[in-house]
Amino acid sequence: MKAVITVIGKDRVGIISMVSTECAAHSVNVIDISQTVLDGYFTMIMVVEISEMSTSFSAFAEHLAEKGRENALDIRVMHEDIFNAMHRI
Amino acid sequence: MINTQDILQTIKMIREENLDIRTVTMGISLFDCISDDPARLEMKIYDKITTKAKDLVRVCEELEHTYGIPIVNKRISVTPISYVGANLSSAGYVRLAQILERAAKTLGVNFIGGFSALVQKGATKGAEALIEAIPEALTVTDHICSSVNVASTKAGINMDAVRRMGEIIKMTAESTRDRDSIGCAKLVVFANIPEDNPFMAGAMHGFGEPDTVINVGVSGPGVVAAAIKAAGDCDFSTLADTVKNVAFKITRVGQLIAKEAARRLNTPYGIVDLSLAPTPAAGDSVAEILENMGLACTGTHGTTAALALLNDAVKKGGVMASSHVGGLSGAFIPVSEDRGMIDAVKAGTLSLEKLEAMTAVCSVGLDMIAIPGDTSAATISGIIADEIAIGVVNTKTTAVRVIPAIGKRVGDDVAFGGLLGHAPIMPVREASCEAFIARGGRIPAPIHSLKN
Repeated sequence: MKAVITVIGKDRVGIISMVSTECAAHSVNVIDISQTVLDGYFTMIMVVEISEMSTSFSAFAEHLAEKGRENALDIRVMHEDIFNAMHRI
Repeated sequence: MINTQDILQTIKMIREENLDIRTVTMGISLFDCISDDPARLEMKIYDKITTKAKDLVRVCEELEHTYGIPIVNKRISVTPISYVGANLSSAGYVRLAQILERAAKTLGVNFIGGFSALVQKGATKGAEALIEAIPEALTVTDHICSSVNVASTKAGINMDAVRRMGEIIKMTAESTRDRDSIGCAKLVVFANIPEDNPFMAGAMHGFGEPDTVINVGVSGPGVVAAAIKAAGDCDFSTLADTVKNVAFKITRVGQLIAKEAARRLNTPYGIVDLSLAPTPAAGDSVAEILENMGLACTGTHGTTAALALLNDAVKKGGVMASSHVGGLSGAFIPVSEDRGMIDAVKAGTLSLEKLEAMTAVCSVGLDMIAIPGDTSAATISGIIADEIAIGVVNTKTTAVRVIPAIGKRVGDDVAFGGLLGHAPIMPVREASCEAFIARGGRIPAPIHSLKN
């Protein structure tokens, strides 16, 4: 089971490190990372494996969102199924 | 692997274009609560609703977190109460509304719909008592919605009920006059009412439904408006395809949430309602879609055609995205809940008559329209009769939710707050239709050959 973590905000040192540290702390394995610029904002997309996750999805998503708010970043964790539903027939 | 562009598109729709699930509505049958003892009836209804829907809000919140999409409303629809409380007095129905209110508060849901009666051919004693109870029931509760079906294509129009509903709307406005007559925002008069509609104020749990069911209403006018803007100066075929593509994606999210909510609540999945439901927020407007198609202001010439294209393309895109479609399924045009509609009324471009024409090609009717507080009950009945006739003759659902704002006149505003929004008072025709409405009886069902 996979999830997609997106981070949107102003680019600065240590964003990837912060998010991957959180992933490791919750037994979430990073599979793929890409970054781009969307409407002038730095955007990082991380695909992660959540089968072994040590907490509930809601708790992990809320925890990362909170980390994001502390750092003026919009961090979202979304189950891969929403993307598959919208973009795959 | 999901590609980056797809991920970014989804995020943009949610972040900037107000993509959300408008409602997850659990339908609950109350037939097994029927009792000849009113106290026992009340207890069984409260127990059944609070048991069956005890996890509804929690599960919806889990889904919001898991899929990262807001679910704006968590609602319940129940068997039309007039059938459940058939032998109750009017006061008994008001008490039942308060029981429903208590259940809504216990569960933390936004609304319970189904304080309803179906009287297209005639009213039972129970239906009459329920209709009688509507003004007080909507005054003493905040989370209860009421609907009355006064006509169908097969039965024709019950004009006695149309006349009575004009009076009931007026009484409801009077009894909630201290809150801009908000009671009327929770009351809707229907033709061809659907039995699986998840949207308020008209949600109810129909007769052919299972014991409990999950129905989902999608939204997304902002997403459609943005897609049309991005499509630029294209012809109508491309325009329709653009809407279809976006509607497909929006509906797939609805389908995902509906199936997952049903699974987690151990409840059958009913339908996805393919609707474009606006909110008063900026960038969440059906009027904006029409204006992005090339109209300077909604309500001007070309509006009905633009809406017809939109409504049809939304259905075509949505039908393929969902395994079961139902409810109202179409673009909504509630005036107070749509910033673009409000602006068009204020600009003097959008009139009641144009709105009536628009409802012939979309869902669902004259919706959330504030009219002067001194509008007579007969005139309100006339407005209802016109709108209902469009539904009956064209074999579609139509409805009327007008608010005669007591103490207000054209030029004034009413504000309901939240998703119900605010509305400028729209003028109605001054000439009387009282003698027409006073005739009573039924308008016969229309013929379905010799179409023209």
